[in-house]
Amino acid sequence: MSSIGTGYDLSASQFSPDGRVFQVEYAAKAVENSGTVIGLRGKDGVVFAVEKLVTSKLYEPGANKRIFHVDEHVGMAVAGLISDARQMVETARSEASNYRSQYGIPVPLKYLNERVSMYMHAYTLYSAVRPYGCSVVMGSWSEHDGPQMFMLDPSGVSFSYFGCAVGKAKQAAKTEIEKLKLADMTVKELVKEAARIIYLVHDELKDKQFELELSWVSKDTKGRHQLVPRDVAAEAENHAKQSLADIEDSDEGEM
Amino acid sequence: MAASVINTYADPCLPEWMNAPHSTGTSIMACEFDGGVVIGADSRTTTGAYIANRVTDKLTKITDHIYCCRSGSAADTQAIADIVTYHLNFHRMELGEPPLVQTAAAIFRELCYNYRDSLVAGILVAGWDKKKGGQIYCVPIGGMVQRQAVSIGGSGSSYVYGYVDANFKPNMTKEEAVKFVTNTLTLAMLRDGSSGGVVRLGVITEAGVERTVILGDQLPKFYEG
Repeated sequence: MSSIGTGYDLSASQFSPDGRVFQVEYAAKAVENSGTVIGLRGKDGVVFAVEKLVTSKLYEPGANKRIFHVDEHVGMAVAGLISDARQMVETARSEASNYRSQYGIPVPLKYLNERVSMYMHAYTLYSAVRPYGCSVVMGSWSEHDGPQMFMLDPSGVSFSYFGCAVGKAKQAAKTEIEKLKLADMTVKELVKEAARIIYLVHDELKDKQFELELSWVSKDTKGRHQLVPRDVAAEAENHAKQSLADIEDSDEGEM
Repeated sequence: MAASVINTYADPCLPEWMNAPHSTGTSIMACEFDGGVVIGADSRTTTGAYIANRVTDKLTKITDHIYCCRSGSAADTQAIADIVTYHLNFHRMELGEPPLVQTAAAIFRELCYNYRDSLVAGILVAGWDKKKGGQIYCVPIGGMVQRQAVSIGGSGSSYVYGYVDANFKPNMTKEEAVKFVTNTLTLAMLRDGSSGGVVRLGVITEAGVERTVILGDQLPKFYEG
């Protein structure tokens, strides 16, 4: 504890002298080590794509999924510690279910996001707990409100987004997302872009294996959150691999 | 309206109106039209056979665009309406926009169902919202909830089901709907001894609510033989 800014990192209930809560920042670091997650909000719905890193060949395909159904109309893609994220899913599910039984209608995403954010934030306040080491992206579509998407980070802060990325390659993914005309695109187009971006930002050298997870909630799915059908997902994945191969070819050509 | 709790220790020497509960032997009605809903009610509150109030307002505000028509125990329905108003005001603050009529109906249902053994309340929830326009939900004794295009309630309603079935048409104009509700309630008030007084009306549209009263001598005339 010789200089300012050290020794304040053991508890979430104490500020450092320059006004930071280190435990929260460490939690954000946990998220940055995770596979990349992106969410794209188009004109008729929301698409999620996840680069799920497979850390052992012994896992069954499809193990440790990172996209969840919260309610019929709400999907959640998670980055960070999977066990922490599963608790956020659980919290969101019970909020959604309570809302439905109390008010007789599906929970508005804006409201659900606020509740989950408050829960996340509560874990940045006390010395006896640690913050959640995960970020979550929630999305839904309804006839009345159109597409909606929120991203929530370990500090409990959340924003509504047109497009967002979190995890290892969030910077590269964001750069790609910014090139898209999100507001004019349909989910069918976005699925291809999402798959392409995940393949593009995946680092083959550091993380050998990964599975691509894709889900959407849109007008076409009648506002229901679903995994992207196998044939559509396969097509998007092929398209992604193809466009990646094209880039590599052209790179070689230049040399 | 009628009072609901029966006092088993009533002094038999006292007149019955001193002990009988206030209740809404009532005629209430709500009807969808193009652009909103019309709600209406008679104005009689009885304590046994005694008319405790002849100018009661049974159309109770929940939010700017949601009203309810109360029948059954005056005390029970007032209390329920107050609680629902509290919940919806809170909900509006959390949501940042006016609550839906369906949401209001769900809260009424929750209360009426959970306390069904101790409540005497038959309520029509009516209003306008951005999502589905004019809507009516009826929450009868027991705590069911059902959306209806037109709904009647209270003791007086039994006399006019046939009239409503014969005369209701979907997508009426506001004027047609107001006339229809006025006629139905007048007929119900004429036949039902526990209904009477004036007809109170409310028209709920996107613009808000418009309240009117039709005094006893201005009610439409029907055969009274």
